[in-house]
Amino acid sequence: MTFEIPKVSYTGKIREIPLGREGKTVIVGGESCYPFHLFEGEMPNPPKIAMEVYDSEPEDWPETAIEPFADVIKEPAAWARKCVDTYGAEMIALQLAGTDPNDKDLSADEAAKITKEVSDAVDVPMIVLGCSNVEKDTDVLKAVCEVCDGRNLIIGPVAEGNYRAIGATAIGYKHTVVASTPIDINLAKQLNILLGNLNVPDEKIIIDPSTGALGYGLEYCYSVMERIRMAALIQEDERLQFPIISNLAREVWKTKEVKVPESEAPLLGDIKKRGILIEALTAQCVLFAGADILVMRHPEAISLVKESIKDLMTGK
Amino acid sequence: MGLSGIEIFKKLPKTNCGKCGVPTCLAFAMKLAAGQAELDACPDIPDDVKEEIGEASAPPVRSIVIGTGDRAVKLGGETVLFRHEKRFENPPAFTLLLSDNMDETKIAARLKKFNDIVYERVGLVLRPGLVAIKAESGDASKFGALVEKVCNETDAGLVLMNEDTDALSQAAGSCSSRKPLLYAANKDNFESMGNLAKELSCPLAVKGSNLEELSEVSEKLIAKGLKDLVLDSGARTAKQALEDQIIIRRSALLKKFKPFGFPTIVFPCEMADNLMKETMIACQMTAKYGGVIVMSEIEGHSVFPLLLASMNIFTDPQRPMAVDQKIYEIGAANETSPVLITGNFSLTYFIVSGEVDSSRVPSYLLIKDTEGLSVLTAWAAGKFAADTVATFVKKSGIEEKVKHRKLVIPGYLATISGELEEELPDWEILIGPREASHLPAYLKQWKI
Ligand code: SF4
Repeated sequence: MTFEIPKVSYTGKIREIPLGREGKTVIVGGESCYPFHLFEGEMPNPPKIAMEVYDSEPEDWPETAIEPFADVIKEPAAWARKCVDTYGAEMIALQLAGTDPNDKDLSADEAAKITKEVSDAVDVPMIVLGCSNVEKDTDVLKAVCEVCDGRNLIIGPVAEGNYRAIGATAIGYKHTVVASTPIDINLAKQLNILLGNLNVPDEKIIIDPSTGALGYGLEYCYSVMERIRMAALIQEDERLQFPIISNLAREVWKTKEVKVPESEAPLLGDIKKRGILIEALTAQCVLFAGADILVMRHPEAISLVKESIKDLMTGK
Repeated sequence: MGLSGIEIFKKLPKTNCGKCGVPTCLAFAMKLAAGQAELDACPDIPDDVKEEIGEASAPPVRSIVIGTGDRAVKLGGETVLFRHEKRFENPPAFTLLLSDNMDETKIAARLKKFNDIVYERVGLVLRPGLVAIKAESGDASKFGALVEKVCNETDAGLVLMNEDTDALSQAAGSCSSRKPLLYAANKDNFESMGNLAKELSCPLAVKGSNLEELSEVSEKLIAKGLKDLVLDSGARTAKQALEDQIIIRRSALLKKFKPFGFPTIVFPCEMADNLMKETMIACQMTAKYGGVIVMSEIEGHSVFPLLLASMNIFTDPQRPMAVDQKIYEIGAANETSPVLITGNFSLTYFIVSGEVDSSRVPSYLLIKDTEGLSVLTAWAAGKFAADTVATFVKKSGIEEKVKHRKLVIPGYLATISGELEEELPDWEILIGPREASHLPAYLKQWKI
């Protein structure tokens, strides 16, 4: 018996999307194969990691996640600079969690002001994410689009309930949108169609099919991402041929297991390394499912994932 | 795969005696073909026929068992490339590597940790699977002594790593009843290794320096009559290992290429210089087809995340995403226990009930049918509106179970509390925390 390599013949390709302002763009997407299946296709733009910055001081983070940012945690712009200068962030993801009406309820104007400050402080591509409240996000993201005119931010979540208002504003100010849907390939496709009908250009769409943390529903998201990639690459489903973003750090760092100290749960081992690995492994899983942009928090988790991406690309 | 129900039927005794638990041989054959019955259920099939049917109806990746009893590890048996197609069958075995060159205190400490680590989660027992013992000292008696020590100190299955057949034979002879995996037959020693594995009836690992060589040695061993093989393609970089694992699995599934129709053994321990990075590579292997995953160390903080990853990847994708609408009693709840309500998305249920459980405050958890949507999405879609919540609360029977009338709603749904109080005039509506992780603190302060 002689053995031959059974290769998949891909007929589709993921769109390449340029992110960030002119002269400083980072391109994501462009794959013509399943993740890291480099023996049968190409990944011209390896996945990128966006480091989280919050609009206001986070209240429920474990000490292990605060520590790397302790000196800048009250100042979003300084925080973003630290991510870029100290930790080499390829992108920034500004989480406007404080705009949540059930949280600090920061106004659209306050959020826009913070966004502008952060955007002025760094020149890497910047993702700006609202609090997932359909109405509030509409107000906030519209204001954000306006003050950062021309910077090609990546704004979201743009959902079924507010895609028209946010989509139209994003077109006007030339930003990219994150089309977010709850763990369902058909809903993901449907929203992309709606955005297309609204005339959001195809090179301005990134998709977010939802993410769960390791041990908390990761499997559903993993499979939806895998299926989206299959549809895009094998079934040539054009409305799914977009890069995928995974907003994972938020999910990981709210779980019980990153917060329990070793003294209370000795079998779970070192709390710091455990948190880092839970974040890094969640990232590793979504990378193999097809994610192009990972929104991450801990610098050591990020280094691990970067190294893994490099090894998988270069074969070191 | 391959044989149809009718083809299998032709080979059965055709007595319709019913001893297999179904009334006719035909019905039994149909069940076999559908993978819903075990061949052994029929006591009257001659051995040679059994083998023939077994072979033809076997999954394209053979199932292999390493170890015995409670701690036996089953690997392989896989039938798909992607988990959404059908469930991945057997999760990988995270394996602790010990060397006969290590000093004794290190061995003792690592072995103890290996033995101690066991987690329970959603009714599943998660723990590292096997201990691999590697000959590095070049001294057969040292190797043998370590094998004996490990045998005495753990019930877990073993991987015996020694490419010197004589030394391996000495060490394995005394513990072959534990069904260790013998590592490894290569292009030079496969004759003697093959004989040893046959004689001891133990599973045998096959090692090639690349896929080509691996397929050749594997084929020769199959020709020698060996059945339980485990494959090592020799790859020792993340990239090459990924490629090899994919090609092995695809060859078995899509081409029915027999020499690759076995589970694999992989070595993150030889691919990184620190445990953090090693764990990343092990995670890759968990997603992409690793079987025995050999780690230089097993620490809680490294193996716990890996076990979560493997639990997620190997969960049945058909598992519904919604749980039933009803009252769930957590702990020994009584008439003064807190009452909480949330939606029936299975993750919501899992996370909330886990937190309530860990608070150690016995409680009633009302799960309302939200068609599997999370609370916020459900509320936006009108599935968690005050009137429907009220109807459910009244009909649920909770009013007979508790003497107080306090209902805790998810913090994210604070907006419905006013309306809900109108709909449920007897009840006081309390706004719970927004994140489930704050429930224990919240519940500990709860008073009626
Ligand atoms: S036990 Fe065997 S012989 Fe009897 S009915 Fe079942 S298949 Fe037929």
